[in-house]
Amino acid sequence: MTASPVTVAKALNMGLRAAMEDDPKVIVMGEDVGRLGGVFRVTDGLQKDFGDHRVLDTPLAESGIIGTAVGLAMRGYRPVAEIQFDGFVYPGFDQIVSQVAKVTYRSQGAWAMPIVIRIPFGGGIGAVEHHAEAPESFFCHIGGLRVVACSTAQDAYDMLRAAIACNDPVVFFEPKRRYWEKGPLDDEPRSAATRTRPPACFSSVIRRFGTDVTVASYGPSMPILYAAAEAAAAEGRSLELIDLRSLSPLDLGPVLASVRKTGRLVVVSEAPRESSITADLAARVTEEAFYSLAAPVLRVAGFDIPYPPSRLEEEYLPDLDKVLDAVDRAMAF
Amino acid sequence: MAADLPDADHRAGSSNRHPTTARDAAARGAAGLRGQPTPSEVIAGLRATSQGEDLVQLLSPEGTLTPHRDFPIDVSGQLLRGMYRDMVLVRRFDREGNALQRQGQLNIWVPLLGQEAAQIGAGRAMRPKDMAFPSYREHGIAWCRGIDPTQLLGIFRGTDHCGWDPKATRFNCYTIVIGNQVLNATGYAMGQRLDGAIGTSAADGEDSNEATIVFFGDGATSQGDVHEGMVFAAAFDAPIVFYCQNNQWAISEPVGKQSRVPLWERSTGYGFPGVRVDGNDVVACLAVTRWALEECRSGNGPVMIEAFTYRMDAHTTSDDPTRYRLADEEQHWKLLDPIERVRVHLSRQGLADQDFFDSVNAEADALAARFRAHCIAMPTPPPERMFAHVYSEPHAQLDQQQRAYLGYLASFDDGPTVAATSAGSAGGSR
Repeated sequence: MTASPVTVAKALNMGLRAAMEDDPKVIVMGEDVGRLGGVFRVTDGLQKDFGDHRVLDTPLAESGIIGTAVGLAMRGYRPVAEIQFDGFVYPGFDQIVSQVAKVTYRSQGAWAMPIVIRIPFGGGIGAVEHHAEAPESFFCHIGGLRVVACSTAQDAYDMLRAAIACNDPVVFFEPKRRYWEKGPLDDEPRSAATRTRPPACFSSVIRRFGTDVTVASYGPSMPILYAAAEAAAAEGRSLELIDLRSLSPLDLGPVLASVRKTGRLVVVSEAPRESSITADLAARVTEEAFYSLAAPVLRVAGFDIPYPPSRLEEEYLPDLDKVLDAVDRAMAF
Repeated sequence: MAADLPDADHRAGSSNRHPTTARDAAARGAAGLRGQPTPSEVIAGLRATSQGEDLVQLLSPEGTLTPHRDFPIDVSGQLLRGMYRDMVLVRRFDREGNALQRQGQLNIWVPLLGQEAAQIGAGRAMRPKDMAFPSYREHGIAWCRGIDPTQLLGIFRGTDHCGWDPKATRFNCYTIVIGNQVLNATGYAMGQRLDGAIGTSAADGEDSNEATIVFFGDGATSQGDVHEGMVFAAAFDAPIVFYCQNNQWAISEPVGKQSRVPLWERSTGYGFPGVRVDGNDVVACLAVTRWALEECRSGNGPVMIEAFTYRMDAHTTSDDPTRYRLADEEQHWKLLDPIERVRVHLSRQGLADQDFFDSVNAEADALAARFRAHCIAMPTPPPERMFAHVYSEPHAQLDQQQRAYLGYLASFDDGPTVAATSAGSAGGSR
């Protein structure tokens, strides 16, 4: 356990460092990840300590970063590629969809693709265009990828280590507006088994037990859920909170168990709602737990618009009132 | 021009390389077969039949072998006979691929006709430890890597996406998205450098060094991935040979649509050498590729090669070249045939007799028959195959989909009808 709470960014940094110490094949690559330590300082100090053969400052080309990571993985490396901002991943999208996701399938298992693609995502930081998007659903739609999002310092550390240890490609979403929020971190060396497979990476988790309404989300919206649960409790309503963590595959077990108890589900996400994780969760809960539902699955999500100018982003993003309003509507049904 | 390629100052870039006037272009051979080009032709790029004075050629179309001072090579009768055999066999099964498509046994075939020398020369230049990243027309490279031609069939019959082990053969799966493989190959070569697999002294044994070679076409040079691959390769001094088979046509678009300048000259902009080789001259392709791979193995990569050749057949069996190009262009290139010039040389120099040619033809026919029989006997894979190897690690959601779908299929079996599994679990549900 660290002596004092650490930020999410620091936990990620510690996770990278530990993974690099454990396995010489783990390399970090991306724009400004070396000398600068990344624009969010997640890779701070790694190049200094591990050398520029382990931490590669790349030319400014996202397809190049992903495409060369594929070749490095074929060569036996475990690349951790950083995409600087969510809105910059699209030049690399072709390589992610056409190669990263398909190389193992195409080669009938001859090539594994142990690549982690780290993407800071989400809004709420007053950024200019292309710096505040929530593109996670694109990747969930692609067979061959795993998609996860962390929300706490502990998960940031555990999930990143698990993602790096995984032999499948993992698109790893980091809640950029929560980078500087602190939490406790247990980074004690674990047993070999749990170090290579901590459960956090590919499972969802109940963050707060409740009885009236289940509220599920992931990444940057989780703190909103905690506030909503407190506010609802003051009004005598009990919310059960789920952090999905694994977006593809979704770990539906805890969600279904919760819905069978509460009968009501609200799903919260910054992403536009059309063809989204919130849409998928609603469909699947309806398929699997229809008779347990006392109300339709309700969504608090982004609008189906391009991300707005930052002076309007509070209108766009999920917030406490929007979540409480959805809870009210679920209860009123 | 090719004479000064290995020089250090060339790598840093040199002047006077780009045709700035029609006269310059004409001096480079841009006029092709009919005199001075118009300024618009200069802007549009070289005509298909314009080879330019920089072309490295050792074996002329008439079968005359002339040493090249920059690319020395020992050419024995055995080597020439071997390459002749390779080219004849590859062409023979390639033709069989076309026939199998016409007869409904293949969904599509991608012919390499005309590019045999460009591929056999490059393929034979590789050592076992070198890594190759093909596009999808590299049947000749596959042949040189020890891939049995029947292993190519699954992709085109629709029974698999890759019928060989790309890791064990060091021949990656065919890559169909144009240019993607150039970045993947560059990454692999970056890994070779990180591993210290290049530039070791001869005392360590020359075979400890490795290089990567990536194959792409003239159309691919317009792709961002090819550009980024060259940028990354230069930035990381990657031991990679960019082997561009300029076969003059990207389906219907002539190379002039892709570039104003000869493709090999692009290497200068990235800061590494480029060579244009006669892609129909198997000796030149071998000599130049050997040199380029050795440059990479010794730590002087990357290198670009433009193999100037011609796609004698359609883009694929789905294509109809009569809609966009004239037969006289194909006739011109027929005179430059990559196999015929070797045959002429072997005959004229007394390096092979009629028995040799007859035996190669007989071997080719036997290969074609085996290729055909294998193709026709290839079974459709079982449905569960489509769920295999999506991931390297267990994936419960996919396992559930597979179970549900197999249960759904089983519900059609004779006997009492059984519900697939839980409600709504068939088909695409997860």
